[in-house]
Amino acid sequence: MAANFNQHSDISAADLNRLTQEANAEATPSSAKIIWSEFKADKPAMAALIIVVGFILFVMIATLFINTPKMMETNIMDYFDKPGTDGLWLGADSAGRSVAQQLIVGSRNSIGIAIGLTLISSTFGICWGLISGYFNGYIDWGMQRVYDFMMMLPMTMMIIVLVTIIKNYNAVTLTLIFSIFYWEGTSRLIRSRTLAESEKDYVAASKASGTSHLKIIFREIMPNVSSLIIVDTTLSFAENIGVETGLSYLGFGLPNQTPSLGTMISNANDPNNITQYWWTWLPAALEIIVLCLSISYIGQVIRRAADASQRHGATD
Amino acid sequence: MWKTILRRVLIMIPEVIILSILVFLLAKAMPGDPFTGSINPKADPAQIHHLMKINGLYDPWYQQYWNWVVHLFHGNLGNSYQYQEPVTRLIGGRAVNTLWLALFTMVLTYCFALPMGVFAGRHEGKLPDTVIRIYTYVTYCIPFFVILVIGIWIFGYVLGWFPTTGSISSDANGWAQTLGSRFYHILLPGLLGALFGTVNIVQYLRSEVIDAKRSDYVRTARAKGVPSKDIYRHHIFRNSLLPIAAFAGYSITGLLNGSIFTETVFSYPGMGLLFVNSISYRDYTVITALVLIYGILNLLGTLLSDIILSVVDPRIRIE
Repeated sequence: MAANFNQHSDISAADLNRLTQEANAEATPSSAKIIWSEFKADKPAMAALIIVVGFILFVMIATLFINTPKMMETNIMDYFDKPGTDGLWLGADSAGRSVAQQLIVGSRNSIGIAIGLTLISSTFGICWGLISGYFNGYIDWGMQRVYDFMMMLPMTMMIIVLVTIIKNYNAVTLTLIFSIFYWEGTSRLIRSRTLAESEKDYVAASKASGTSHLKIIFREIMPNVSSLIIVDTTLSFAENIGVETGLSYLGFGLPNQTPSLGTMISNANDPNNITQYWWTWLPAALEIIVLCLSISYIGQVIRRAADASQRHGATD
Repeated sequence: MWKTILRRVLIMIPEVIILSILVFLLAKAMPGDPFTGSINPKADPAQIHHLMKINGLYDPWYQQYWNWVVHLFHGNLGNSYQYQEPVTRLIGGRAVNTLWLALFTMVLTYCFALPMGVFAGRHEGKLPDTVIRIYTYVTYCIPFFVILVIGIWIFGYVLGWFPTTGSISSDANGWAQTLGSRFYHILLPGLLGALFGTVNIVQYLRSEVIDAKRSDYVRTARAKGVPSKDIYRHHIFRNSLLPIAAFAGYSITGLLNGSIFTETVFSYPGMGLLFVNSISYRDYTVITALVLIYGILNLLGTLLSDIILSVVDPRIRIE
């Protein structure tokens, strides 16, 4: 079709080429490009990105070389070894298990759960918000009442009760339990944007031309709120790391034999550990702090990229 | 406005009923029964069977639920299996501790947040604003329990400035000493909670102040020659204050959810710690009562905030 058109037009090949280049230069850059240039303009953001991506890659690869059951075996000879002795970089805990190895496997578990939780709860929250905001009226009213009810539940307590009820829970069931409770924030955000979006002309036009509701919601409205979705997902990822580790810290997250950053910090519950054997819990605590700060910072940068008025990076 | 409040309260009723059913069923679904092993390790199965029977634990769930609700209305939440005393008395004792801590934290939060928010808004874009924004950013990102653990490590154990467990030291005599000891015990958890609970208020107040700075009434006041200090004190701050009051309701919710962590880290004998301990002992009656109380308090907190907001800002009222 395009080739055909060119044959019959009077525009020379050189002109066409020039026009195409001009059009490309003037076109709005893709969102990936905007985000990337935003990172290039912000040194700390770049550092945060490198820390997070590098760390996740390192943890994923390093766990392949660690034999978890062997790592969790009690080794009384290494009882509370100081960092650096016996080739244990970060020392050993009360059962003589390597803290460094536990930290790596624990990070994988915690980050894995946070990723799973973010994917499930965000997907659910986004769908809930889109549908509730788009249909308005009774459907919205009903969905909002469910939202209100969920908000009223004492989340931490409900999760603890559910974890106690389920026998033999593992990382997957735990992620699902968390997901039940952590979609509300996303849904509320997406709903308010969808409410505004569905009043716009293009939606009315689509409705008039008989496009199905599903298509309007997911093919037309969703791309227009995508920047909000990306920002919210990044920020909730940082938050979700706190969710799992917090519950594991209390002793209601991952089972004791499965290392997690939270169970490692719970070593600090023992007055002896917290003062004398700081290496059993402090590295995990510091790791959470660095990870959460970095991921949130990345989220802030993406938020800035999504809002044209706040960008630092040159986009034109 | 009364209509708005009435409607909100009416919506609350089914919510509370559903919550109570949910809580009841969840507690019933918990594994194990409260009698085996807890009374006497040598207890005869027949005796346990008898106990289960007289306690109505074999009845169908709706009947048990109904009995529970009837008792609830008589102020009887049952007996704690673990502590062998009425749940109301048990929770009452702990609630006092939680209340002290929550109140103290809330007062401190506002003491920190109000000046910070106004200051940041007033010096928008300058160094103090940047510092305050970095501070709120950091406190917002780091999980609360990590801060608590590091806080108790540094100030409780390493520096030894604050007690690390309990709510009152055992050798406190007389009301003055008791009060002092209580205060001493909630000082560190309260401070940490307040320092890390300011985020929302600071950010809200900051943007309110920035908006107000550019509004007509401030420009008028300036044109009339009102000193800058008075403009902030009498015009901007007062106008931003009411919406901030609405956060009080949400703070209650936040404090309650945080109390489980705070009380665990500080071994502070409040409702949160009681809950965590009751879970390990499968003390149903205490668990159900606490989840219900926390749920209802959450609900009241949100209701309070909504009411204040609808009084302050007519746009929010439900039509």
